[in-house]
Amino acid sequence: MIDIVLRFVIGGLFVTAFAVIGDLFKPKTFAGLFGAAPSVALATLALTIGKEGKPFAALEARSMLAGAAALFLYSLVVSRLTMRLRWPAMRATLAALVVWFGTAYGLWWACFR
Amino acid sequence: MKVEVHTEGLRRTKWHECALRFFLGGAITVIAGLIAKKFGPAMGGLFLAFPAIFPASATLVEKHEREKKEEKGLQGMERGKQAAAQDAVGAAMGSLGLLVFAVLVWLLLPAYKAVWVLIGAGIAWLMASCGIWALRQSRRRIFRDFRRDWGPARN
Repeated sequence: MIDIVLRFVIGGLFVTAFAVIGDLFKPKTFAGLFGAAPSVALATLALTIGKEGKPFAALEARSMLAGAAALFLYSLVVSRLTMRLRWPAMRATLAALVVWFGTAYGLWWACFR
Repeated sequence: MKVEVHTEGLRRTKWHECALRFFLGGAITVIAGLIAKKFGPAMGGLFLAFPAIFPASATLVEKHEREKKEEKGLQGMERGKQAAAQDAVGAAMGSLGLLVFAVLVWLLLPAYKAVWVLIGAGIAWLMASCGIWALRQSRRRIFRDFRRDWGPARN
């Protein structure tokens, strides 16, 4: 239980910190870089290394490649949906999660299974 | 286009919006840990790049831009969507930096001290993301200049 609470607090702090840094910058394309900051990764990997060891964390980082590639495609789809189809941000970002799950799982199945 | 630091974005961010980001960030970190525990690190690792706070962040960007325009008596809806789209383009470039981060951690972690690998990979993410952003900016400038100098003449 303590482990879960610790993960929650450290993950929340990392994510909030990067989001606040992103809020500081203009133009929006530059601020958006921080939307893909390794905040969850840093928190998770630091805790995983301490608990499960470095080889376990390295395997997580390898699979993260599929997640990051999926995030790239996801972000492009969100941009197109809001710019071209004029979808509101909430609808676009939630609908495009299908793209993230599909790409991430597809790449994982093809390369890292 | 120059990168500028503005505190206005921070002033517009309310406490409950920060709390939402904190909650979503904490939740996805816990979920990634639980998935890695149950299904192994290969599956858990996917969620290290899950767009957990992206829907909330993009919605806030859209809302703040809309409010800014409406305070000036203008229609802010379109500007809000445009800002959210630009934020997403930035995230796409950041995710390419995330690929660099993941490769470095995967390859260097077994051989080197963990703390230095994580710090180094974090710096590499920042440099790669900023580099890609700068490259995109300069390419856009080159194309704009080319169109101005060599494109069809305007009457």
